[in-house]
Amino acid sequence: MTEVAINRAGSASGPATAPVPATGVAPLVAVENLRVSFPASGVEAVRGVSLSIAPGECVALVGESGSGKSVTARALIGLAGPGARVRASAFRVGGGDALTFGPREWRRLRGRFAGLVLQDALVSLDPLRTVGAEITEVLAEHDVVPRPARPERVRALLEAVGVRDPEVRARQHPHQLSGGLRQRALIASAIAAEPELLIADEPTTALDVTVQAQILRLLADRKAAGTALLMISHDLAVVAAVADRVLVMRDGVVVEDGPAREVLTAPRHDYTRALLAAVPSASPRRSASPVPSASPVPSASPVPRRPGRSQKADPHGADPRGAVLAATGLSVAYGSRTAVDDVSFRLHAGETLGVVGESGSGKTTLARLALGLLAPDAGEVTLRGGPWSGLPERRRRPLRPAVQVIAQNPLDSFDPRHTVGRLVADPLSALPRPRRRERAIELLGRVGLPPELLGRRPRELSGGQRQRVAIARALASRPEVLICDEPVSALDVSIQAQVLDLLAEIQAEDGTALLFISHDLGVVRHLSDRVLVMKDGRVVEEGDAHEVFLRPRHPYTRELLAAVPRLPE
Amino acid sequence: MTAAPPAPRPPISRPPRPHPPWSRPSWPRPPAWLGAPLRRLVSAAAVLWAAATTAYAALLLAPGDTVDLLVGDGADTPEIRAQIVAEWGLDRPEAVRYLSYLGRLLHGDLGRSYQLQQDVGEVLAGQVGPTARLTLAAAAVGVALAFALAVATAGRSAWPRRIVSAAELVAVSVPQFVIGIVLLFVFSFSLGWFPVSGAADPQALVLPALALGLPVAGVLGQVLREGLERALEQPFVVTARSRGLGERAVVARHALRHALLPAVTLTGWFTGVLLGGAVITEALFGRPGLGRVAMQAVSAKDMPVVMAVVILSAAVYVTISVLLDLAYRIIDPRLRSA
Amino acid sequence: MAVAAPLARPGVRLRPGLVLALLVLAVLVVAVAAPGLVTRIDPLAADPLRALAPPGAGHPLGTDHLGRDVLARVVHGARHSLGIGVLATALAVGAGSLLGLAAGLAGRLAGEALARVFDVLSTFPELLLALLVIAITGPGTWNVVAAIGIAQIPTYARVVRAQTFVVRRSGYVEQAVTFGHSRARVVARHVLPNVVGPVPVLATIGLGQAVIATSGLSFLGMGPQPPAPEWGTMLAESRDYLRVASWVAFSPGVALTLSVVCLTVAGRHLQRRFEGRTP
Repeated sequence: MTEVAINRAGSASGPATAPVPATGVAPLVAVENLRVSFPASGVEAVRGVSLSIAPGECVALVGESGSGKSVTARALIGLAGPGARVRASAFRVGGGDALTFGPREWRRLRGRFAGLVLQDALVSLDPLRTVGAEITEVLAEHDVVPRPARPERVRALLEAVGVRDPEVRARQHPHQLSGGLRQRALIASAIAAEPELLIADEPTTALDVTVQAQILRLLADRKAAGTALLMISHDLAVVAAVADRVLVMRDGVVVEDGPAREVLTAPRHDYTRALLAAVPSASPRRSASPVPSASPVPSASPVPRRPGRSQKADPHGADPRGAVLAATGLSVAYGSRTAVDDVSFRLHAGETLGVVGESGSGKTTLARLALGLLAPDAGEVTLRGGPWSGLPERRRRPLRPAVQVIAQNPLDSFDPRHTVGRLVADPLSALPRPRRRERAIELLGRVGLPPELLGRRPRELSGGQRQRVAIARALASRPEVLICDEPVSALDVSIQAQVLDLLAEIQAEDGTALLFISHDLGVVRHLSDRVLVMKDGRVVEEGDAHEVFLRPRHPYTRELLAAVPRLPE
Repeated sequence: MTAAPPAPRPPISRPPRPHPPWSRPSWPRPPAWLGAPLRRLVSAAAVLWAAATTAYAALLLAPGDTVDLLVGDGADTPEIRAQIVAEWGLDRPEAVRYLSYLGRLLHGDLGRSYQLQQDVGEVLAGQVGPTARLTLAAAAVGVALAFALAVATAGRSAWPRRIVSAAELVAVSVPQFVIGIVLLFVFSFSLGWFPVSGAADPQALVLPALALGLPVAGVLGQVLREGLERALEQPFVVTARSRGLGERAVVARHALRHALLPAVTLTGWFTGVLLGGAVITEALFGRPGLGRVAMQAVSAKDMPVVMAVVILSAAVYVTISVLLDLAYRIIDPRLRSA
Repeated sequence: MAVAAPLARPGVRLRPGLVLALLVLAVLVVAVAAPGLVTRIDPLAADPLRALAPPGAGHPLGTDHLGRDVLARVVHGARHSLGIGVLATALAVGAGSLLGLAAGLAGRLAGEALARVFDVLSTFPELLLALLVIAITGPGTWNVVAAIGIAQIPTYARVVRAQTFVVRRSGYVEQAVTFGHSRARVVARHVLPNVVGPVPVLATIGLGQAVIATSGLSFLGMGPQPPAPEWGTMLAESRDYLRVASWVAFSPGVALTLSVVCLTVAGRHLQRRFEGRTP
């Protein structure tokens, strides 16, 4: 039981937070030394977590993927997962001793005592049933109101979570609703039996930032109405506005636990500090990972500057101030829907042009246009002042090495049969075979990966390593333009920061132009010199990054910026 | 190094692609001005036309004189030959011949068997009943068994699941006629519970329906169970459980409907197994039916009958798949509004 | 990750069932290649005086209605029953893959046209399509190979075409395009290997089904003609003697079932290996 000792020692160094609040009111949930393991896979997801939630209180569990935060929350309603082994030295839920609960006791508590809201209602609500049926199910299961009164109650619940036209919405299926509406419907189903506790597991993660703000407001309303909240999130800024208390989890252990304000403004634990510092919106235009992490960070290793780099930066453009990649009046329609509408931009060598927008704004289509993978219906993309989008593929091919892409999910862009070595060497077909391996090792070194990875398969790598391999491969052809389409969206914050640093470093050394596309304003602000703000396929605002973020002119940009969750200063 | 798990959950959702890959504009889509049901009917008609054409092509491709083929092993007199030439328009140009063949089919005229000296329609009409009874009974057996076993064993790791999945493996792997022989040996010859052959009384239907239905149950059971297990891992099931639903309600109200979707797509395959299997089952149990007729026609090279059976089975398939396409839309609302 | 882990399926181990299946398949390969190694008795030698003799000395699995040794007939029958299955599958996989690839890589119109042809052909029940072929060609070993092979071509062609589409639209093929590789190189390096990869897996499972189809046609009297030993034919002959001599049906039935079960087990193992992509 050495972990317990470590854990106890760890929490002893933290603030002395009593599991039971001083008010004397019995907590809704009080668990001590919770441990959840999955014997089938040998994983111990939660290793001694103590936690209590008082009535009306909002507790936030924050951590990166694999920290055990979700399993902890689900264990509180007996849903740790199939084959899970749950132990605790004390475990009281809803006034009963959960250690003695059988399936029936747990079922009675679920829905009635505690409601659960998961991420992405498109899959968290049954896609084959109507929203109304899903909410009615809770009413029926706990017999909240008699059958004839249920449709009226469904209407009232939908109204309570801010759904307009509730009668119409109740008859619709999740896929017919927008992301925000269906998340509201999911919340309506969770609060239908008026539970005292609402567990929200990444409730806003799949949502656009403006919708996220609305849902966070809705959750705050529930709290104001007296419901206790347990919020689980990977994002400290998201919980900042609502949480009374924050618990930071890592590897199945709570590393810090305290009042929200204290944890967010004066963190005690190094890991919390690292998480806070890694939130990119807090720090424009500087290194994002101030705290060295356990994994090898490349920035420390001296990277040899490639000779000839300085000549390479400008020999192509006769006019050094001319754009490497430029677009004029680009438009593309998918069927009747216009995905990109009259978009123009200029991207200069050594510069980062950020493109922000919510889902459906046309960002990814713009990336495909810039890559020459999609032909525009109108307008043109030029490379170094010469034709690019208008060229026939045969003539574009020799130019392609100059424009490379880093996609959001590197695994999709790797041939599943290939090893890292083959993947990185794939663009190097011009080199003689023995040189390729050398060059591949060199490239891996540049992105901070050891040569031992050459023989690995991408599935065996972590998310951060995969993205580094993708970057190494994109660098193989010494591109002048790197198009990054949500390159860090699938990564944990601390890894995000490292990858962003790497991109910035490469740009500083090679003078590469970056077209950086993201839905995350913080990330874009962190890296960009200039920004395009896109909405419904159009550019609504364009300008110097600093200016746009500080003094947005377009109402939509203002709305976006206002919606970004912020850490307390 | 520890291997990364197959699908780490991305901490931040990816914004959805502008279009799902199957509807990228670079790929042809069926014309949108046709409503979905109408489009389905047009494609059904196309399949029928193609089936008729394939049968016709088989007749042309077959070595030897077409008249010889149509006569087959039947009586061969100048009168019959003249009749064939007239009915099939063999004295007229190819295109006219083909069109008149299609025209006849369109009027429901399946042609004439010169061996049996009977219209093919008449030959088949009397045999549809027994085969329909057999295949429907077998389908019922297969579907009922598959459901019962899948629901009883999905998600259970213990022995029953292992035993049932082994039984399914055997049911999939054993030819229908071997199952039939085993059933005959045990229940007819040893126990004497059921008649050995014939189709006189309802009891005679039991063993053939089992022999034909068990392989269907094997495949369908597997598909349903895998579908159930996949559905039970979905987030909406966690949500359903978090409402206090019991395991049975979760399966019945949520998971089962999702498990049905992949099963429905297999229906075309089942139709084939049942129709093809009917040929063998009818031979083994000495039952009358279309399969029997088809076999006799193949042995005797009675081409008009063989062609008619092929066209008829295509028609059955098309009808069933149109019906199931509608069922699919009812089960999955996402297809309705698409 | 901890959330994903308990949901992950257990890894593929070398299970006893698989080992057993591979052993049986090895024995079958010997029976196909060199039946003389297993039994020295002539499968065609009839001895009317010893007809329908039960298993015992001299005839370990008994004799059939003509007094032929059942063991010898089952062993020699492997060559017919499995051999036809293998040849038919080879024909179907070879032609189906080529057609599927062609349809997947061809231009829009040609590809669509080919695909519609596959769709139509696959609406016929396989057995009926095979019977249509036999109605034209007549019964016999090679005709059965052609019938089953042709009947299964559309299945493979559809799968390979669908797989070609998936690969063609995959992120890694798009990525290869951005490197400026030629179309031929992208097809050769990325599309072909990823399309062809799963084909042997399909073929293993398909082989089991082809063996079932072969014995089915033989059972109906369309396969290798008597007196050639074939499992389906033997089963058809045994039906009339089930009451008095069940062993005549037992041995070919077991041989047939066991072969298909083992092929299916091996095929599914390959499939899981392939999908798991454990190196």
